[in-house]
Amino acid sequence: MAGGGGAPAESRVGQVVLPGDVLLLPAYDEQDTERLPLGTSAAPRGRLLCGPGLRRCAGGLLVTKCGLLRHRRAGDGAAAAGGAYWVDSQQKRYVPVKGDHVIGIVTGKVGDVFRLDVGGSEQASLSYLAFEGATKRNRPNVQVGDLIYGQFLVANKDMEPEMVCIDSSGRASGMGVIGQDGFLFKVSLGLIRKLLAPKCEIIQELSQLYPFELVLGMNGRIWVKAKTVQQTLIIVNILEACEYMTAEQRKQALAKLSGN
Amino acid sequence: MFKRQMSPSGVICQPAGLVKCGNDAAYVGEFMQRGLDSQTKKQLDEEEKKIISDEHWYLDLPDLKEKESYIIEERSFIPCEDLLYGRMSFKGFNPEIEKLMVQINSKSKKEEIEEDDKMEADVSDEEMARRYETLVGTIGKKFLKKRDQRVLHDEDEEENSNTKPKKARKMFLKPQD
Repeated sequence: MAGGGGAPAESRVGQVVLPGDVLLLPAYDEQDTERLPLGTSAAPRGRLLCGPGLRRCAGGLLVTKCGLLRHRRAGDGAAAAGGAYWVDSQQKRYVPVKGDHVIGIVTGKVGDVFRLDVGGSEQASLSYLAFEGATKRNRPNVQVGDLIYGQFLVANKDMEPEMVCIDSSGRASGMGVIGQDGFLFKVSLGLIRKLLAPKCEIIQELSQLYPFELVLGMNGRIWVKAKTVQQTLIIVNILEACEYMTAEQRKQALAKLSGN
Repeated sequence: MFKRQMSPSGVICQPAGLVKCGNDAAYVGEFMQRGLDSQTKKQLDEEEKKIISDEHWYLDLPDLKEKESYIIEERSFIPCEDLLYGRMSFKGFNPEIEKLMVQINSKSKKEEIEEDDKMEADVSDEEMARRYETLVGTIGKKFLKKRDQRVLHDEDEEENSNTKPKKARKMFLKPQD
């Protein structure tokens, strides 16, 4: 195996990494791991988040996917108190991950459980009690072919993925059956992440155009609904094309549309 | 060398038969385990321990210390990139979703602010103590019996109005023929 000596992680941030590369992390003293001091101090301490595309190995992190290495510094308000490393890779096929919000299509009903197609290798199951305000007598109104926005409760390679449409406190908070009309289409996973980034220019520019509603699923599915069919199709085309357009091209296209 | 370990359940299944326990010889069957004396139980436990300690198998290897790692493996992108909630609405198309968006964004902002500042109390500690003092009294009055309540009421009246002639208690007047 051509592994060789690894390079320190900080030096490879922003570069292309290949599976098999070893990223060395600065050696942490054992005493520090026991104490785990929080807060911003001179030396970055705290739990380091090893994101998708990376695995733990002796001495550092092992890359398992090809892509660009990203890093986020340890900051306040961030979930990872010690910073995060992950690989920004591109793929079209979705692999269910616990906690992800996805759009699923109901394909069938088996007993008290709905079967959903989420674009993964297996169909996900969704119990009829996993909706807000659902009881054995008060069943949710879900038909075959409906769209459902929910999150994964269980998702690993050994078990069939399970979804729910309520959060940990029992409230729907936007999840559940997605309403009538609208348009569902599929894009690559990288575009979804770009659109869901905290300050996404595409979404901000689109929001100036027309009033519309948008649901983004982490499995690459997007659902759009606007007042007329034409407006809906315009938004769909922009979202599909913006993956390969530069910012200027996008602004030109939008300027033409808002002018019309 | 790997040696057999004792099973964790440790269910004692005594064969039916006589068990001598001190002076008494009690007939113990498999179905009578619950009725065993504490003495017999202790004896049985000791015997079992003796038997087990001989057969106790354990690993010959030195203890492996599992280091608590400071790296957490995460398979989702959401904590890494701080992704937003996937359901959005713009220009008032769906008012409920817009309310939700405001809620979620303000929640994330609140978390940032809370970490920096300390929560200011609306009520000071002194006022809180004062309130509690009086609160105990008022709630206590609720649970007084009627007689005690009346006494309390009279005390209050005496304080307010000084010597007030006590009204004659209204008694039942027999109708005169």
